[in-house]
Amino acid sequence: MRLELQKITKQFPGVLANDRISISVDKGQVLGLLGENGAGKTTLMNILSGLYRPDSGKILIDGKERIFRDPAQAIDAGIGMVHQHFMLVPVFDVTESVVLGNEPTKGPLGSFDRATARAQVVELSKKHGLHVDPDAKIESLPVGVRQRVEILKALYRKSDILVLDEPSAVLTPQETEELFDIIRGLAKGGTSVIFITHKLNEVIAVADKITVLRRGAVAGETTPKKATAAKLAEMMVGREVQLTVSRSKSKVAEPILQVKGLNVLNDAGGLAVNNATFEVRSGEILAVAGVQGNGQTELVEALTGLRLVDSGTVALEKKPLHTGSPREIAMAGVAHIPEDRNRDGMVKGMTIAENYILNTYHLPQYSKNGLLNRKAIAAATEQAVKDFDVRTPSINTDIASLSGGNQQKVIVAREFSRNVRLVIAAQPTRGLDVGSIEYIHRRIVEQRDAGAAVLIVSTELDEVLALGDRVAVMYEGRIVGILDAKEATRERVGLLMGGITK
Amino acid sequence: MNGLKKFGSKIRVPALSISVALLVGALFIIFTDIEVLGGLLSDPIGALSLGIGRAATAYSALFRGAFGDPENIGKALASNGDIKLWARALRPIVESIVASVPLIFVGLGVSVAFRTGIFNIGGAGQYTMGAVGGTIAALAFGAGVTPGPIAILLVMIFGIIGGAAWAFIPGYLKARVGASEVITTIMLNFIAGQFVFFLVSNFEFIQKPPRIQPVSKELSQFVDLPGILPIAALRMDISVIIALLTAVAVSWFLFRSTRGFELRAAGLNLAAAKYAGIGAGTSIITAMLISGAISGLGGALVAVGTIKQLSPGIAGSVGFTAIAVALVGGTRPSGVVATALVFGLLQHGGSLMQVQTSIPIEMLLFIQALVIAFIAAPELTLGILKNPFRRRPRSVAK
Repeated sequence: MRLELQKITKQFPGVLANDRISISVDKGQVLGLLGENGAGKTTLMNILSGLYRPDSGKILIDGKERIFRDPAQAIDAGIGMVHQHFMLVPVFDVTESVVLGNEPTKGPLGSFDRATARAQVVELSKKHGLHVDPDAKIESLPVGVRQRVEILKALYRKSDILVLDEPSAVLTPQETEELFDIIRGLAKGGTSVIFITHKLNEVIAVADKITVLRRGAVAGETTPKKATAAKLAEMMVGREVQLTVSRSKSKVAEPILQVKGLNVLNDAGGLAVNNATFEVRSGEILAVAGVQGNGQTELVEALTGLRLVDSGTVALEKKPLHTGSPREIAMAGVAHIPEDRNRDGMVKGMTIAENYILNTYHLPQYSKNGLLNRKAIAAATEQAVKDFDVRTPSINTDIASLSGGNQQKVIVAREFSRNVRLVIAAQPTRGLDVGSIEYIHRRIVEQRDAGAAVLIVSTELDEVLALGDRVAVMYEGRIVGILDAKEATRERVGLLMGGITK
Repeated sequence: MNGLKKFGSKIRVPALSISVALLVGALFIIFTDIEVLGGLLSDPIGALSLGIGRAATAYSALFRGAFGDPENIGKALASNGDIKLWARALRPIVESIVASVPLIFVGLGVSVAFRTGIFNIGGAGQYTMGAVGGTIAALAFGAGVTPGPIAILLVMIFGIIGGAAWAFIPGYLKARVGASEVITTIMLNFIAGQFVFFLVSNFEFIQKPPRIQPVSKELSQFVDLPGILPIAALRMDISVIIALLTAVAVSWFLFRSTRGFELRAAGLNLAAAKYAGIGAGTSIITAMLISGAISGLGGALVAVGTIKQLSPGIAGSVGFTAIAVALVGGTRPSGVVATALVFGLLQHGGSLMQVQTSIPIEMLLFIQALVIAFIAAPELTLGILKNPFRRRPRSVAK
């Protein structure tokens, strides 16, 4: 089927989310919809899936105008959504999950016909090359397979147009490759695919046609053949973007952070960090690579006082740090950009100004006689918002209403507002758009150049290789190798990440 | 203009909820009237008009009970300052305000806890223990033992201590061993009631002679809270002013003070609060102490000033209504005061409605419950009334 959206406009209070956006996708075509966070991708897809009604504009399927009053009508019209956050019941098995809502029935009472359902699911997965065990419980499946179940779900509902919202955000590189194979296969079979992402390389790899959105409007259309990553980034952001961090050679000086024989337990009482020994020196970035869940989270929490150190020592400029509280450690000159900004980094429901002083509110410049000095807080925040280019209508805006990139900028501004000797940045650019990633990387490198020691923990190999002066790799709680930037090739780091040390 | 708009959007849902609740309540009055139901088949129009008439009578009584009878007000205005007429004209509204005072105190108290992320439903118990503290202070220091103002001050202080101490228990248990405050506070509500029963039936110092009933001595003989109206027959005392001052203080505390900042941060996101170096345990205990202190202060002032007697059921339905007041008021001090006032009006108006019509006071609980339900489901409320304030989406041309 051919899908066409014509001049879709959607206004929210204060935001023009979609401004006369026109896109189209032909039968068997893969459309890459590229845009930063807040460019209007999600609004557009919510309109397509019947969650929102557009203020103006038309949705045409095979040339006929369709109006979706609710998601059910969009599904009937053949539009299948695979959301970024999966909508699956953990205790159901694959068959149940796929047919849920459209179960085949038998008998006068309309009871669930499991045999037919299972056969249908098996057939469907064979037909499209989506390999899943129809009897496996969802909770036992890795994320990549759960995504296949979501795709099967959409196909089971006879979707001719499949919309994938940021599908690779949760996948490992190999899983992403497999997903691309599936998408290509589906397109060959006649399904139209809309692939929403902010990752440049992915659209180039998988799309037949690319539409770039910027600030709610179409910024341009191109094809992978004509496009380069740099050109796409420029269309997305509206200016030239440096995709690689330019940085001078590091001027390494004395050690700042010294970790010796550090052992840290996880919540279950198991050993999460096993005898870690390393140091980070002034003027260098040590990037810690590793597949998610190999002890990086616990390492960072232990270094920042959020988790008890089981044994071993941590010293900041020779002063012990492993017994400090989060506040003592922060005041000692440690900036901490937390891994999960929604959970740890900010308080949604509080304003930007309140979040800016979240861990410095007790300092004399912000707090006198138990009362907050609102003038000083406002002045400092105004300055930070300007310095860090936070896009917000006001410093009294709820931080929850900012885009992820701007939220992260507030956090980084806050952490760099103190005298910084050590930067601990965990997944500092997770979920951010190109423009923000570039910006945050630049700020971190600036701290290094100013003489701070920087410890970056990232599961994105690109980030590790781009920023690390040295690269440490964690595997099952141990640091299995520390490489100089020169020796840290994708292959070597990749092998270490898999625990292969030879 | 902007401020007005903001204010309008804030009270839109509560105002609509109250209107819709009254409307649904009217339907309920009409269709639960046995005579209306009986005549519905044979003479539907007659039956319905009878029902509508009854609902109108009921709401008219509710209105007069809450705000005052226009006729009486007219007479008072014409009387050229006849104290008796004025007292009669103003009594309903004054009594409505008096009824809202305990709700303001306990509503503010539980709001502080809610803001910290603690579901303190022990308002009733803390209020009761505040009343105990206030009663003991009145008996011990009143009746000339200390000068009047000092005695009043001591009543307040003992009330604060009583409420805070009672709230400290669940706060400490939650901070130390993670005991659910929902369960501990509920249980402590019962214990507080029974504790009062124990006090007022076992101690000559407290119990009213001849020591037959489980109630305390008349407290007005010991401490008299000064009235604030020039008409002595109207019992509005300084506790109303103290309630409003408390609301201002709570607002100041929550939004201006360093401690308030910590509590709000902990309430909105405990993980981020820990990250920021805010101790969870300290926040919990602080919030509970403040929460209990405010409820306790209310209990002391109402027991000594308004009810003038301590009895096991002193909290009545205040504890649970105050939770509703706090939630409907958005745990904002101004919202709590406004909501408490509305509930006070309904409560006192309802008593007249019960006297003048055959509709029971439970009808008011029904309406209160509807108000809460509608506020909890704003979409439903806005949908029912096809909200006239809704701005149409502007079509955009750039």
